[in-house]
Amino acid sequence: MRFETAHQHTWRKIKSGLACTIALVSGVLVISPLALVFCYLLVKGAGSVNWDFFTKLPTPVGVAGGGMANAIVGSLELLAIAGLIGIPVGVLGGVYLAEYGSARISSFLRFLADVLNGVPSITWGVVVYGLIVLRFKGFSAYAGGLALALIMIPLILRTTEEVILLVPNGYREASLALGVSRWKTIIHIVLKTASKGIITGILLALARVGGETAPLLFTSFGNRFWNHSLSQPIAALPLQIFTYAISPYDDWHRQAWAGALVLVTGVFFVNITVRIVTRGRGASVV
Amino acid sequence: MTTPERTVTERVDERPVQQPVTAEEPVPARTFEIKNLSIWYGEKRAIENVTIDIGTNAVTAIIGPSGCGKSTLLRALNRMHELVPKTRLEGTVLLQGKDLYSSNIDPAIVRRRVGMVFQKSNPFPTMTIGENVVIGLRLNGVRDRKFLNERLEKSLRMAALWDEVKDDLHKPGTSLSGGQQQRLCIARTLAVEPEVILMDEPCSALDPIATAKIEELIYELKTKYTIVTVTHNMQQAGRISDYTAFMYLGRLIEFGPTTQIFTNPKDRQTEDYITGRFG
Repeated sequence: MRFETAHQHTWRKIKSGLACTIALVSGVLVISPLALVFCYLLVKGAGSVNWDFFTKLPTPVGVAGGGMANAIVGSLELLAIAGLIGIPVGVLGGVYLAEYGSARISSFLRFLADVLNGVPSITWGVVVYGLIVLRFKGFSAYAGGLALALIMIPLILRTTEEVILLVPNGYREASLALGVSRWKTIIHIVLKTASKGIITGILLALARVGGETAPLLFTSFGNRFWNHSLSQPIAALPLQIFTYAISPYDDWHRQAWAGALVLVTGVFFVNITVRIVTRGRGASVV
Repeated sequence: MTTPERTVTERVDERPVQQPVTAEEPVPARTFEIKNLSIWYGEKRAIENVTIDIGTNAVTAIIGPSGCGKSTLLRALNRMHELVPKTRLEGTVLLQGKDLYSSNIDPAIVRRRVGMVFQKSNPFPTMTIGENVVIGLRLNGVRDRKFLNERLEKSLRMAALWDEVKDDLHKPGTSLSGGQQQRLCIARTLAVEPEVILMDEPCSALDPIATAKIEELIYELKTKYTIVTVTHNMQQAGRISDYTAFMYLGRLIEFGPTTQIFTNPKDRQTEDYITGRFG
């Protein structure tokens, strides 16, 4: 084997430098929109984010002040409903795929879940509109929560399955060899070992649907006032932002910017929480 | 180029009929009686027509080169091989005279009676040292704290780990050294009080000092338990076992008291293997 010539060496350094530069530029391109959007939101919205924004109802056009308290609480309620439906179904489905399903059924379900993940979110709004809103003759928090749950389920299902498959088989074997039944092994050993990954998946799914607007347009509809019953229309932060942003009033535009800032900050905090959860003790493998 | 293994393969194939292999003198008290056992993984036959008796309160070592079916034979003793999909079994395995594979037997019950220690130590990563030891009891429905604590200390003492960890029971099981983790796994197995302990190359990931401790432990445990171990290490088989079974290509080639297998093997292949000519 011959050593490279000086010429080859120079050429190789140029290629390496070029590749590095392209990678760096790509990295900056990926990060810059996030940074720009966040800075723009801060500039436009920070001035309107105050105590009133979190505690007061929206004011009628022309009346200054007011806030989005109902929308913030409404979003949390919708997420709670979506979580109550979506988390158990998603997690248990993931357990089925990873632990019980035969190879054929699993790969079929996995494919379906991936297709579902790609379905535009507005479709879920239409589906729930047809199934629930028309049948019960009214927009409701239940319908909105269900639409969000339908988006969450395939997301949680896939992440749960993936982290369960990361649990080394040795732990299952060790538990089964103690005479522990299969379902107890799954609950107490497998799910416990994978719990950080599953919680991460759930939080990320919640953060994702927390920002959804389209599926709520036909389901929870939005509400200028406090919601007093889950079977009534309910406000949500993204919906309120949407309504305000397309309005012709400057007051409302400012509120929309503030709402967007609060929403993005909320999602940001969920991601930070995920970081903290996944760091934790070094003991867990997933 | 012919590898030594190839030539032995040919030699095995030259044998006209597989004669049933039995120990010269019958094993005195038998915990397992295995008759004509064959196991398939899908289309592949892992072990073929194995007949062997496992003595009570004795250490039986299964030796043989990789892929000879020794782990499969071991796992068939507590039905762990069934975790691999599409396994098929023919023949019988009797534990204290009862068929392990009869349709009314729950594998979980079999595994409570026949515990297992694995090649790679696998304490549960989410649990403390103490929790790891009693988890088998807890998941089998034992709630009594006093009983659990007694069993915790007893199991750790038997696994020769108590003095090293008694002040650290609340620390994660994975914080221990490799050898300690393996003894923790042995304690975890002992806590459910099985009748038999299966060990699948329990020392292969350990250094010589940790290995010596486990071997000493095996020697002490055999007064109370029947132990079956798989090992790649022939010196180890010679040191710890009372009976040795040599397997090759899924067949049991020779079985007998360890001293006889190592000093006066009857079969040419056994002799080749233990003298290191192949494998």
